[in-house]
Amino acid sequence: MANSVLAPARASEQVEITRWDVQRRRTWVLFLIPALLIYTIFMAFPLFNSMRLSFYQGQGLTPDRYVGFENYVTLFTNPLWRDRFFNAVGNTFVFFAIHMLVQNTLGLLFATLLSNTRLFARNVYRAIIFTPATMSVLVTGFLWTLILNPRWGMLNQVLEWVGLGALARPWLGDANLALPVISLVSSWQWVGLPTMMFLAGLLTISDELSEAARVDGASAWQIFWRIKLPLLRPTIGIVSVLTFIGNFNAFDVIFAMAGARGEPAYATDLLATFFYRTAIAGEHPVAQPNMGLGAAVATCTFLILLTGVSLWLRFGRGGEETLAG
Amino acid sequence: MTRRFSPGMIVTHLVLLAWSLVVLIPVWTMLINSIKPKREIFRNPFGLPSEITLDGYSNAWTAGRFDLYFRNSIIVSVASLLLILLFGSLAAYALANWRSRLSSILYIYFIAGLMIPIRLGTINLFQIIQSLGLTDNLLGLIPIYVAMGMPIATFVLTSFIRSVPAELSDAARIDGASEWRVYLSVILPLIRPALATVTIFNLLPIWNDLWFPLIFIRNQEARTVTLGVSLLFGQYQTDWTRALAALSMAAVPVLVAYLLMSSQFIKGLTAGAIKG
Repeated sequence: MANSVLAPARASEQVEITRWDVQRRRTWVLFLIPALLIYTIFMAFPLFNSMRLSFYQGQGLTPDRYVGFENYVTLFTNPLWRDRFFNAVGNTFVFFAIHMLVQNTLGLLFATLLSNTRLFARNVYRAIIFTPATMSVLVTGFLWTLILNPRWGMLNQVLEWVGLGALARPWLGDANLALPVISLVSSWQWVGLPTMMFLAGLLTISDELSEAARVDGASAWQIFWRIKLPLLRPTIGIVSVLTFIGNFNAFDVIFAMAGARGEPAYATDLLATFFYRTAIAGEHPVAQPNMGLGAAVATCTFLILLTGVSLWLRFGRGGEETLAG
Repeated sequence: MTRRFSPGMIVTHLVLLAWSLVVLIPVWTMLINSIKPKREIFRNPFGLPSEITLDGYSNAWTAGRFDLYFRNSIIVSVASLLLILLFGSLAAYALANWRSRLSSILYIYFIAGLMIPIRLGTINLFQIIQSLGLTDNLLGLIPIYVAMGMPIATFVLTSFIRSVPAELSDAARIDGASEWRVYLSVILPLIRPALATVTIFNLLPIWNDLWFPLIFIRNQEARTVTLGVSLLFGQYQTDWTRALAALSMAAVPVLVAYLLMSSQFIKGLTAGAIKG
């Protein structure tokens, strides 16, 4: 990515600027205008303007009274908001940690197994692993809510049939279990993405490297740890940062499985559900949308994301360049 | 060399088969129980139905207005995808050809959007859509989805157009072709695989999006499938046949499309992943 940004586009363009070039350049500007306009008006501008609005308060849709850092002070110190906010931040980190641990580890495992080109039916396995990712998060969320339902749900029934009835419990009703269970459902849904990315990464590693190591007497295990894993570092970095961005934006799965309040008792409340309630739906017991405060929540989420991505650019990508060089 | 029936191969198959069951059983449960009579769901949750009923589907389709929701989702997805492909490929053509400091900055500006979720700008977007008079209107969703698609479109298409040999475009230019002509007749036919990749990358997030319809659409006439599921589901919590039929209806079209195109689909995804 870094190379393509800086590399000269075309050597053939290194001719002196003529009238012809000026004309071409004018056409290119025209070509850029629609994309630039729609991207700026509906993505870049709202993003920055929302941050500006975090310094305002107002009725309903129009935060128009400048209040400086008051929204942030409320968010960080007012007990009603502070507890909810830090609870949501903590839950989001737990949600992210479980995805890293379960979704991405399984993805790496499946990709390693699928990278064996002699494997029978590998395309079938690959298609199955990716299937849940094509479905709406909302649909899989509701589906799992039905499966995990304590009264009628199939999971508890199956546990009873196989003699593990003691394990049956209200999976989504227990404040200690709900967040891990929902994180696992979300990992179930998305494991296909890291699998594909790791697989693509593994397939670019030349077979000759593993062959050479095998000839030198290395076991499959050693080849994985000493050769493949280090060479996969750039992909691991990209998968991690994409998981991070996706998880800090996750909303649908909580909305489907635990409602907009992140039940039970806010145990599954993430930054996105908290943002939704604050800005759009109204936070209990106030039940009045507060756009200025919502903008402050979005800005905090943005800053957390920015920190994570910067760390990745500083360290993760650094590794990639070291390897490439 | 790993042989077909070596112990390693057997373990590999066992692991992959186990996960395949973990994936397929819930999906199977949803599909098979959506055509069972209510009583049978709990007696026999995983087996084939003794009697097939389509009541759940007909209820959700007509009473639940899913005919309308499907139409809305198709309009929004097709319009957004066409605009993403058109605007994205035009911009990518310019970015790939134009070698200057400004064009590098613009390129970085576009792909920076890959890192920042558009949802964080929701509050201001709400005001923009409102001032355009597009709340409660399907048309309000389209510009948001097009903007959301621009980073991935410019990223994939620019690198693809750069990989097209310059001689091809230059030959056309020497023959007197304008930039429009080069774009239409030389570049567009050559980048078809990349256009497919961009379509795949954007289709699922747009079709499955809940956030923007949930916030911008109140009017039933403008609901999308995903929003329809979210609103309908609460009412049918206890009527499993209907609930599962509604879920199946929302999932099946994408599922079928994916299964039909899965090899192409995965190729597109991995091509994108390699480029990333």
